[in-house]
Amino acid sequence: MTASAAPLLSVRDLRIVFDGRRGPLTALDGVSFDIQPGEILGMVGESGAGKSLTGTAVIGLLDPPGRIAGGEIRLEGQRIDNLPAEKMRRLRGRRIGAIFQDPLTSLHPLLTVGDQLVETITTHLPVGRAEARGRALDLLREVGIPAAETRIDHYPHQFSGGMRQRVVIALALCAEPTLIIADEPTTALDVSIQAQITTLLKRLCREHGTSIMLVTHDMGVIAETADRVAVMYAGRIVEIGPVEDVVRRPRHPYTAGLMASIPSVHARHAHLNQIDGAMPRLGAIPPGCAFNPRCGRAEAFCRDHRPGLAPAAHAAACHFPLQELADA
Amino acid sequence: MHDILTPPARELAMPKTATIAAEAAADVILDVAAASCRFDVSAPTLSRLFSHEPRRILRAVDNVSFSVRRGSTFSIVGESGCGKSTLARMVVGLQRPSAGSLDFRDGRRADGSFGPPRVQMIFQDPYASLNPRWRVGDIIAEPIRELKLRPDAASTRQRVGDLLETVGLSRTDASRYPHAFSGGQRQRISIARALATEADFLVCDEPTSALDVSVQAQILNLMVRLQKELGLTYLFISHNLSVVRHMSDDLAIMYLGRFVETGPAEAIFNAPRHPYTRLLLDTIPDVERPDRERRPMSGEVPSPISPPPGCSFNPRCTLAADRCRVERPELRPLDDVAVSCHLA
Repeated sequence: MTASAAPLLSVRDLRIVFDGRRGPLTALDGVSFDIQPGEILGMVGESGAGKSLTGTAVIGLLDPPGRIAGGEIRLEGQRIDNLPAEKMRRLRGRRIGAIFQDPLTSLHPLLTVGDQLVETITTHLPVGRAEARGRALDLLREVGIPAAETRIDHYPHQFSGGMRQRVVIALALCAEPTLIIADEPTTALDVSIQAQITTLLKRLCREHGTSIMLVTHDMGVIAETADRVAVMYAGRIVEIGPVEDVVRRPRHPYTAGLMASIPSVHARHAHLNQIDGAMPRLGAIPPGCAFNPRCGRAEAFCRDHRPGLAPAAHAAACHFPLQELADA
Repeated sequence: MHDILTPPARELAMPKTATIAAEAAADVILDVAAASCRFDVSAPTLSRLFSHEPRRILRAVDNVSFSVRRGSTFSIVGESGCGKSTLARMVVGLQRPSAGSLDFRDGRRADGSFGPPRVQMIFQDPYASLNPRWRVGDIIAEPIRELKLRPDAASTRQRVGDLLETVGLSRTDASRYPHAFSGGQRQRISIARALATEADFLVCDEPTSALDVSVQAQILNLMVRLQKELGLTYLFISHNLSVVRHMSDDLAIMYLGRFVETGPAEAIFNAPRHPYTRLLLDTIPDVERPDRERRPMSGEVPSPISPPPGCSFNPRCTLAADRCRVERPELRPLDDVAVSCHLA
């Protein structure tokens, strides 16, 4: 992969700090990544790794006591992390769309889906209600809602989970944003519906050239949907690269352990590989490499020196990455 | 590459009751015969009379039969609303079957006594299933005190400590509260509480679906080890096919309250017969074969209140023929497994 000249989204050294009674807690520490136009970047990690927080910061919905303490976020070259609230509000929805995990709480229960779509469209685009309704219908058809002409006047509770998530996707698409933050978009859905939604996201990405930041804990969803993947651990990116490489030839011991702990549908093993222990709490991130207490390869050096992430296509923040020989 | 990462094995203290394990191979511990569970979801009587509506009956579990072998794992797989949790509740006695029967057979128990198995349940959400105001030691000791399994406080405390070590926690954790533990550790506490009753039949309703994958692996490994050491029988409820493959000896795929395919897990995974089973296996996101040609399943699970006539899967089935829309297929044996499909 080439470091293309103009990434759509560029995040550099992002640091997010929560000010607590016992002093500040660093939740995100030096996170950097780019998303190219039309690319799906997967963000994977365990709960508390900071993957959702990264998405929240990008759409400017970080709530106090959380604050951006350093670094910058640029969308099409323009800094967006320090925009005043009003400007950010207009940008959100217009240029960055969002899809959240629970489609029922993302929709207003007392408005028909048509009203919600029309409101969103007229907020962001210079069109009248009639025209907006036409566009709303097109959107519902595009995300695959059958009988859209009648469904447009239904309320969210009249839709099933999968259909609701399609409505949420239609809402995110209203103003044709260039970037969509999808935070666990399939987690609340059954497997057979999950596949429908990931297929839909991929199609939209292809047809509209929309970039997607796909936040999920499910490596399977990432493997099937994303172009590149960033693996997060304790508020840092530990590995980033093309999804194929990261899944098949992980270089960070954490990624490798994570991959090995997923049970397979193709064969039954007597014992699953497990990573002992748990991710450290924010207040107790060990010095050096954050993964060192759980790492089988850790040496004294790892406990004192924090590994950096090289700006390579496939990079791992590890002093002793796996498969160095294979790459040479 | 994985062997490099294998963590240093932490050998845990084995409880004294161990190793009466899976010697009693083929005998049946639970026999479920034509069990059904129906819920009346009609509108209130008066308004129903005024609007001339018929009664509406939801068949959560419809005529389900299976038996579980002692010391094995029987899994039930299905999407939300298929009735798998209702079935689990029936097995533990939290829900009375509307028809049919569930029979626990007598046998040698984990503690050496003879009789029907002691049944316990492990719940999905370890954040909701532990009382936040109780110390972990009291949570685990409650069943011991309640069932008078130990004569005095000292031996109860001893037993609680043993149980904590059995599930991979430390004795000193007894004095802490649930909030001090992570999701995986809480699930270990739930398991210790279930084992405190000398249980030998555990109904596990999605025990790992609230956990992260690396922690899920820890819990699954723990469950497999405990099964070997204590000769436990598991009824394992899950929607995650990879987890089910890892855990099960036998399995049943459930759709709209009925079994569509049941048999030895290996036989089903190697050669799925029912179109629904095949589609389920086809649609799970797969790290190992991300680029394979997939046919995403169209449509959604119909309402169990008014299931379609004929085979309940027919509206989503690509193979459905006229017969499937009229005549409901019964489970019929086919090699090692049983399938309810006209075309299988």
